[in-house]
Amino acid sequence: MRKPDKVYFFGTCLIDMAFPEAGMAAIRLIQKEGVEVIFPRQQSCCGQPAYNSGFMEEAAAVARKQIRVFERPYPIVVPSGSCAGMMKLHYPEMFAGTSMASAAHHFAERVFEWSSFLVRMLQVRYRDLGAPVKATWHSSCHAMREMGAVTDAKSLIGQFENVELVPLQREEECCGFGGTFSVKQPAISAAMVNDKIDDIVNTGASTVLAGDCGCLLNINGAMAHRGLAIEGKHLAEFIWERTDGNRT
Amino acid sequence: MATAPSFDFDGNVDRALADGQLRTNLRRAMDILVEKRRAVFDDTENLQALRSAGNAIKRRALSKLPQLLEKLEKNCEKNGIRVHWAEETQEANRIVLDIVRSHGVAEVVKGKSMVSEEMHLNRYLADHDVEALETDLGEFIIQLNGETPSHIIVPAIHKNKDEVADIFHEKIPDTPYTEDVEALTAIARKVLRKRFAAAKVGVSGVNFAVAETGTLLLVENEGNGRMCTTAPDVHVAVMGLEKVVEKLSDVPPLLRLLTGSATGQLITTYVNMITSPRKEAEKDGPKEVHLVILDNGRSRILADPELRQTLLCIRCGTCLNHCPVYLRIGGHAYGHVYPGPIGKILTPQMEGLDRAGVLALASSLCGACAEVCPVKIPIPSLIRRLRAESYAGGDKKAVPGGGCSRNLTETMIWKGWELVNLMPTANRLSLKAAGLLGGRAPKIGPLRKWTCTRTSPVFARESLHERTKKEGVKDE
Amino acid sequence: MSSGARERIFARLHATDTGTIEVPKVDVPPLAASGKEENLERLQQLMTAMRTEVHLTDRGSWTDRLVELAAEKQWKSLLYGPDSPIGSELTAAWDSIGKALPELVPYDGTVDTFKERLFSSIDAGITGAKGAVADTGAIILWPTPAEPRLMSLVPPVHIAVLDADRIYGSFAEAMEADGWAKQMPTNALLISGPSKTADIEFTLVFGVHGPKEMVVIIRK
Repeated sequence: MRKPDKVYFFGTCLIDMAFPEAGMAAIRLIQKEGVEVIFPRQQSCCGQPAYNSGFMEEAAAVARKQIRVFERPYPIVVPSGSCAGMMKLHYPEMFAGTSMASAAHHFAERVFEWSSFLVRMLQVRYRDLGAPVKATWHSSCHAMREMGAVTDAKSLIGQFENVELVPLQREEECCGFGGTFSVKQPAISAAMVNDKIDDIVNTGASTVLAGDCGCLLNINGAMAHRGLAIEGKHLAEFIWERTDGNRT
Repeated sequence: MATAPSFDFDGNVDRALADGQLRTNLRRAMDILVEKRRAVFDDTENLQALRSAGNAIKRRALSKLPQLLEKLEKNCEKNGIRVHWAEETQEANRIVLDIVRSHGVAEVVKGKSMVSEEMHLNRYLADHDVEALETDLGEFIIQLNGETPSHIIVPAIHKNKDEVADIFHEKIPDTPYTEDVEALTAIARKVLRKRFAAAKVGVSGVNFAVAETGTLLLVENEGNGRMCTTAPDVHVAVMGLEKVVEKLSDVPPLLRLLTGSATGQLITTYVNMITSPRKEAEKDGPKEVHLVILDNGRSRILADPELRQTLLCIRCGTCLNHCPVYLRIGGHAYGHVYPGPIGKILTPQMEGLDRAGVLALASSLCGACAEVCPVKIPIPSLIRRLRAESYAGGDKKAVPGGGCSRNLTETMIWKGWELVNLMPTANRLSLKAAGLLGGRAPKIGPLRKWTCTRTSPVFARESLHERTKKEGVKDE
Repeated sequence: MSSGARERIFARLHATDTGTIEVPKVDVPPLAASGKEENLERLQQLMTAMRTEVHLTDRGSWTDRLVELAAEKQWKSLLYGPDSPIGSELTAAWDSIGKALPELVPYDGTVDTFKERLFSSIDAGITGAKGAVADTGAIILWPTPAEPRLMSLVPPVHIAVLDADRIYGSFAEAMEADGWAKQMPTNALLISGPSKTADIEFTLVFGVHGPKEMVVIIRK
């Protein structure tokens, strides 16, 4: 597939509500490559929170809405491995054998995780304009296991020569967010996020990067609770700040 | 929630999380098992092909399950293995007890068997004045201590050597305190050897039952399994009905997947394939071999096209080893025979969502288990499905206890969520409201649970919807 | 009653149209072909790694090696099957050698007649091997009336005599070549070394309930 002229951007409800700057950074980085970004105002949520909680009808209703909203055959770029995975893998499952099956399939085919899109479709090349920094990377579960996006994300980070990437000891271990899991099983979730933070602290990094704002919401909230000065950032925002964003 | 779980999961979790020793032991043990598996499956491409083959073999077996069970029974009986059927665990226990009693003995030696745990066989036998002596070292240790196994493959994984030393010193007569692992093993060998020699009845599980030849296959490292199945006059094997495979040629790939996934071994010390009791000219081996085939809900699980994948399981335990939840709470917290990811999907289906549905909530759906399952059970999908079943309406329930979690609050929350996400205006309004609250949402309900460990989430003053509009990003 | 249970279980099983269960067309990944020399080497390597003592001898002189081992390890009794393929060679070797040797104890009655002795005062048991599997480092044993099952389990030492040309690359190959599916023995075994456990803190200990030591004599 060659570089597209236009893409849809699916912001994700979390970015919409709590990390809009990460969303804007992700959009700008696509626009920078000469690709037009379209943000349908009717979009909302991919449906994953309801889907994972067992409220399938409600999830399907919201999923159907997204399928209709993103109706044109443009690629759909998603700055989240879990939302992308939901739409790419689970929408076809949800609508298999129904009248939406074909539409869900054609929708899913067009879904890209944001960092994979940048690397594989846009073949971006960056110069690092930022100050030296020690960072670490958290592999979000669905970005890794459903979208295979982690190698792409890391190759993006690898382009920034002033960034020292120190690996976590247990990079691939879940941070404990799991959506409603964090409030339905708060004690286990807390144990998981605290172990993740201990791991982050041990790297000596000042910044933890991730491609999923669910993880960031979880990790940042817990780091703040522990009074830690480490910054958790979405990869898009990090890259934007170190490239063009640095100039503003 | 409207459920009243039959056990205090939350309490178990809190206790386990507070147990620093347990958590340290678990972390160390899981690291070791994960690494061993990785080392033995060093060819990734081959591993993925093998997993696909394992999945296909087990699916093929399920697709012919009644026929294969008939064939297994026919071939076993032809070879002299007596086959018994039990719908429920009590029946299975009764069958075993009857066999034991018919030989006038009051004790059996036992190899490790998860199905026998499912049956609570030891307790049943004890209630009927029959001692069931566990002979697998891990099981032997925890039996001495009055505990149940905390892991499918390494039952005493939660115990340190000083704890084992204590247990042996206190519970085995004339035993000095020693932490030397070789010495401890020698003590177990000595104690059990006498019992193997004297035993009239041995009980075991079955790893695979081959329909083509009527063969029971067992794997082990210690030799206690062979002692239980070969030295006594009577061997009773218990198995779940999903353990049957079609052909002998199905065995090598499944065996490789099992030993590699369970302990990171190319092969166990012994692979023991039993096709017949002692034949006339033979000088040893059991004179009687019995196979007890247990249903206990498996035939019902088979009926559901999605949930039947639960029956693909070959009981390797690797899902436990990779699970971030099991890692932190250990096996006992699950309160049931099967812990970990497989336990989360199997237990609610066997015990009912109303009694054990909480286990299906104890997952972040990270997918680490599905990534390593040797037969590719899509565990997160099945967990999700069980969650959906716990809210399912209607009369016909796919899973016992279905619909038990239905409650007005959650129904309204998700209905509200649905409306907000279907109606752009409502969506914009709710985003605005969240933005106005900023980080000052009242700490009630889920937010209170969140803020025990984390600061309140801060909602942006301007949503991405608003920002894109302002920045002139096109709508279509 | 059990028969009622069987009917009800099968009724439930048949109520599901299991024929509709999708079975992916997936073949078991083929194993790399390996030659005889490779197989022999791999077998030795894997067995040795799992604490088996492996000895290579000529076909004709294996009993000499056995005698050396017996002296070195000071076995006092050696359990064997007089009617087994190796039985006559053993007795012949013992008869021709004058010096002190372990007592050859024949397993010639049922286990019920000599369980006490078997469990307590036999130092080693020697059997033939039907073959071996190179890629997992295991010998194949099909116990027979001449060489019963407990010989390779109860005595603290198990000696297996294997012909080098009976080493297969894989378990699948062995099953196929020897037509296992058509004629399973009462008991078939794969044995990959002395008994072991790592149940206590993952510390590997050899010699649990099965033999503490395993010796394999490979006859070329």
